[in-house]
Amino acid sequence: MLEKALDGSKTYWAWIIFLLAVMGVGSIFYIIQLQKGLMVTGMSRDVSWGFYIAQFTYFVGVAASAVMLVLPLYLHNQKEFKKMVILGEFMAVAAVVICMGFIVVDLGQPQRMLNVMLYPTPNSMLFYDMIVLTGYLLLNIVIAWNNLHAEWQRRPHPRWLQPLIYLSIVWAVSIHTVTAFLIQGLPGRHLWLTAIMASRFLASAFCSGPAILIILALIAKKFTRFDPGREAIRILSQIVTYAMIANVFLFLCELFTAYYSNIPGHEHILTYFFLGLHGKGALVGWAWVMAGAGILSLVILIPSRFRNNQDLLLAGLVLLILATWIDKGLLLIVGGFIPNPMGAITQYAPTGYEIMISAMIYATGLLILTILWKVAIGVKKEIGEA
Amino acid sequence: MGSNRRQFLRIAGVTTLLGLGGGITLSASSYQPEEHSAREKEARLHAGRWGMVIDTRKFQTEEDFHRVIEACHSIHNVPRDEAKAKQEIKWIWADHFEHVFPGKENPFLAERVEQNEFLLLCNHCKNPPCVRVCPTQATYKREDGIVQMDFHRCIGCRYCMAGCPFGSRSFNFCDPGPYVKDKNPDFPVRMRGVVEKCLFCYERLEEGKQPACVEASNGGLIFGDLDDPDSHIRQVLREKYTIRRKVDLGTEPSVFYIV
Repeated sequence: MLEKALDGSKTYWAWIIFLLAVMGVGSIFYIIQLQKGLMVTGMSRDVSWGFYIAQFTYFVGVAASAVMLVLPLYLHNQKEFKKMVILGEFMAVAAVVICMGFIVVDLGQPQRMLNVMLYPTPNSMLFYDMIVLTGYLLLNIVIAWNNLHAEWQRRPHPRWLQPLIYLSIVWAVSIHTVTAFLIQGLPGRHLWLTAIMASRFLASAFCSGPAILIILALIAKKFTRFDPGREAIRILSQIVTYAMIANVFLFLCELFTAYYSNIPGHEHILTYFFLGLHGKGALVGWAWVMAGAGILSLVILIPSRFRNNQDLLLAGLVLLILATWIDKGLLLIVGGFIPNPMGAITQYAPTGYEIMISAMIYATGLLILTILWKVAIGVKKEIGEA
Repeated sequence: MGSNRRQFLRIAGVTTLLGLGGGITLSASSYQPEEHSAREKEARLHAGRWGMVIDTRKFQTEEDFHRVIEACHSIHNVPRDEAKAKQEIKWIWADHFEHVFPGKENPFLAERVEQNEFLLLCNHCKNPPCVRVCPTQATYKREDGIVQMDFHRCIGCRYCMAGCPFGSRSFNFCDPGPYVKDKNPDFPVRMRGVVEKCLFCYERLEEGKQPACVEASNGGLIFGDLDDPDSHIRQVLREKYTIRRKVDLGTEPSVFYIV
């Protein structure tokens, strides 16, 4: 089946070479980071996690692309998703690989990372995160690959996969919950110490993951004429819309709690985001772009006559992805460290190294996604589903 | 043919995994902690829970602080690089009242409190969040209450820095070697990519000595066993009103301040 990835057009190979080139250039920067240490990043004693961990948290959410198709298809018999579900599962695989990549490049001593398995520590949330991410990766590979293989051989889906599929639904919830628990239970980090953090992770994941999936599926359709189906896109964009409404609502809950209670610790970071604090406000622009993009995306996505227009839908989804990315992939992680435990403000901005190394990981994820989708679409075409 | 190859790959994969697993178990069981000599055991200072009282009245001049900080940083090979202030490493340092005790400041603070600085170091909490979050037990709590670090096990994930609500931890963003003046050969110089902090001079307690900062403090720092009601530190705590940093977080710091 994998040989289908070796048979492609010139555009396909140009794209593959482009991704390999980005990975190659990025890895030069990573080798320098390995030699010099994390001093090449913008991180500091006060802001000790930055762009890498923020991308990790965002891409855990992107991995939700699978469950938002698997759950309606297998629990509610939403047959429209039958064709598209493989794309969602393979995208989850790529997203989890991206997550793992960002954790590895963030480590000060990456060659020791297996210490997490050698000295298993059940009181650390990072231990559970390792388990749930690895598990989710394996579940999606096994389920998607075996289902596709069965389709290719024109046999029914293997029965032994059924329990794994149900498990993968619960497991998907666990990856967002545990990743939220990484930061939600830390004393003294006001932005993170909120009981709705896991709910926010779920809401944000369930809108951003499928949103990216829809856009990528429409791009793939342009190049391969594999149509995931009008109805599938329509229903999925509805799911995205409701999840985004929940996501924005939960964010507004945070604003209310902080400003109505008037407790300085809760207010400070939000004020820093939107207005700046003590004369410092490096993220003010980003915060307002997030707010604007978030609101505008809902204005486009909520009325069904806008949403069912493909051009408007695309615009709405792009705005949604921008808003959720700024929220989780930029502000949320850095915000936990501002102000620092002494109440002082140290600002953070990623360096060129962080951007290039991140590009390397993005390209790796895209390469995996391209290859897996190429195989999947190749099989679908062969069996006459495309 | 196809299914044969698949079966072979499956068997090969499972065998490899088993082999890796076996290797890990073997190497873990061959690890034996180093034995201490009998002489060292005799001289060693013991406690149920080590703690410290900082008598802030005895830290008035810049020299009072400098002496204590230097005593610690010089023997522990703490690197000094003025150019990289944001990524600096510090085990013990000083800051203003509103930074040391955020939430306890008020607009009409006594002049002495408002203008003076206060010492900061790891609190060696009874419920340390850094230990709770560490995924490799590179940070762990010893039986005598010291929150200890294994620099060789730390993977540099910096989860402990996010977990510590006191900002007591520093990360080696670069190789500290070139920035250590007059290396002390009796204490390890760290490598890049690991976290470090004050360790209550566990190495000096082994030799029957008080922590370096305490020794250099001219009585400004009182160090002792919080579990022993007859210890000097408990006597001081009985007689003087003391405060701790951020007690509402439930970490139970072992460092007390007489203000």
